[in-house]
Amino acid sequence: MTSWIEKQRSILDYTLSSLIRRKGKNISLFIVYTLVVFILASAMFFTEAMKREASLILKGAPEMVVQRLLMGRYDPIPLDYLQKIRGIRGVISADARLWGYYYDPAVGANYTVMAPRNQSIAQGKIIIGKGIARVRMINKGDILSFHAYDGQVRSFTIDGELPAASELVSADLILITEAGFRDLFGFPASHATDIVVSVRNPQELLTIARKISEQLPDTRPIIRDEIVRTYDSVFDWRGGMVIVLIMMALLAFVIFAWEKASGLSAEEKREIGILKAIGWETSDVIAVKTYEGSVVSFFSFAFGILLAYGHVFFSSAFLFAPALKGWSVLYPDFRITPFIDPHQVGILFFLTVVPYTVATIVPSWRAAIVDPDSVMRS
Amino acid sequence: MIRLLNVRKGFNLGRTNEFIAVGGVDLSLEGNRITVLKGPSGSGKTTLLSLIGCMSRPTSGRISLLRNLLGNNGFLKDGDTPEVEVTSLPERFLTEIRRQTFGFIFQQLNLIKGVTVLENILLPAYPLGKKHGVVKKRAEELLDMFGLGDRAAARVEWLSGGEAQRVAIARALMNDPPIIIADEPTAHLDSKLSREFMDIIAHLKGQGKTIIIASHDPLVFEAPVVDRVIAVRDGMIDGAGA
Repeated sequence: MTSWIEKQRSILDYTLSSLIRRKGKNISLFIVYTLVVFILASAMFFTEAMKREASLILKGAPEMVVQRLLMGRYDPIPLDYLQKIRGIRGVISADARLWGYYYDPAVGANYTVMAPRNQSIAQGKIIIGKGIARVRMINKGDILSFHAYDGQVRSFTIDGELPAASELVSADLILITEAGFRDLFGFPASHATDIVVSVRNPQELLTIARKISEQLPDTRPIIRDEIVRTYDSVFDWRGGMVIVLIMMALLAFVIFAWEKASGLSAEEKREIGILKAIGWETSDVIAVKTYEGSVVSFFSFAFGILLAYGHVFFSSAFLFAPALKGWSVLYPDFRITPFIDPHQVGILFFLTVVPYTVATIVPSWRAAIVDPDSVMRS
Repeated sequence: MIRLLNVRKGFNLGRTNEFIAVGGVDLSLEGNRITVLKGPSGSGKTTLLSLIGCMSRPTSGRISLLRNLLGNNGFLKDGDTPEVEVTSLPERFLTEIRRQTFGFIFQQLNLIKGVTVLENILLPAYPLGKKHGVVKKRAEELLDMFGLGDRAAARVEWLSGGEAQRVAIARALMNDPPIIIADEPTAHLDSKLSREFMDIIAHLKGQGKTIIIASHDPLVFEAPVVDRVIAVRDGMIDGAGA
């Protein structure tokens, strides 16, 4: 055992001196390797954190939303549907919601305009999200004007800004009175955008949804869990899209690693031949190459992960945000809660470290099984 | 001590460029002697050395070594005959023999560039798993023996030709092998350094080593310290050399 430890120690000594000897090659490998891990880990951390962020916010979303459909498309829902829904056993409450989108040509952005049910807003006043405040450079007390449905201008005084904590979903939000909303969009008093429903027993959600569909066949009940799943898949899809691109980067990295780590130079092949000739076994040579590869791999991986962590959680993923936070003029400005999924880090480890290690060992093994006799003739 | 029986070595067998480097050599080499294989380039000297040193296997024939030359190699059994036939041993055991029984001095020296003199000398000892302090002490003794004590930390590419040659000899002696094999050791040395090399060889013989040299340099095969000269030509032993 002591002999084995001493042997490994000697081999490690030699590995270190080899790493230093070929520092140019190893530093370039380290930089490329770290960069690939950084990009991959940033995408993983970011998409995972966004999914968590969205699911936390959606916890406060209504259990069920009922929309009306006309020819398979969304249509405003008549308010008399409220009574029919409230009459279904198990329904605690049903409330109409008023919300819509307003396109602001001045900044090329879409705002979400909403008349809140449980927040009183004075007539002629609005409350805006931080994204709008930033992009329009307006603050409390300023006046914001809109082109109404009839072509006339409606002006509102800004009464405040929405809190930063909810910025992921409120960056583009404008809260307005019900009267103001109907006046701005010309929305009939007999209709609402949709209806939110609360139920007594969450286990009965599906049954109640079925009953609503039966009683009001032109409606579509949407359950919160479905929204959560949709958000999950949206962020996964976005993450997935980036990962497809990154897989190409990874492939380029594998080719690079194969060329750099595996494509042994004539000098390295000669060195392996010398070691074999003076009594090193094939396994000793492979051990040196494995240690070499592991050192480069481990440090690059660790450094790449650290950089990605800093990038995503301390600098709000400034490199990826435009692509991953959504396609909008009004990007939310918020700091993501640090969160790492060990499972994902494990996958990343196998995506990077394993190909690199194989790329390092296989050609060394091929060089190491050549007759040491070749050294006599070099 | 070392016996070769009808040893043949061919390359690219069965192809149009087939080449027989050694063609049926029978040879016995004695211990504690300096033997020189003499012959022109391409005569098969280096191939013969490589076969004797277990660097390659013969195409046919047998090579046997005296058992006490093989030290405490793992493949030896108590019931083995005094001579052990090595040609049929697996590569792992041949590596063990190369490590413990032979010390090699190559024509191109084959020192590892970018590595210090001390580490180059230590390299053959690494797979042995001996305590670092012990092998380092041995390497330093060898450095002192060859007047290289102050060059231990120097990189080998900074050395003069003579110094590099001495480092190669020190490396060959690191594991204290009973047999030293040297292939054209004076090919890149001037006459003075060649004589110095032969002095070192004589010293090693004095320590009980067996030395086998391949050379076509008269300074080597005509040196008074040489016990036996074997002429090699066209892959065969010429005359009564065997």
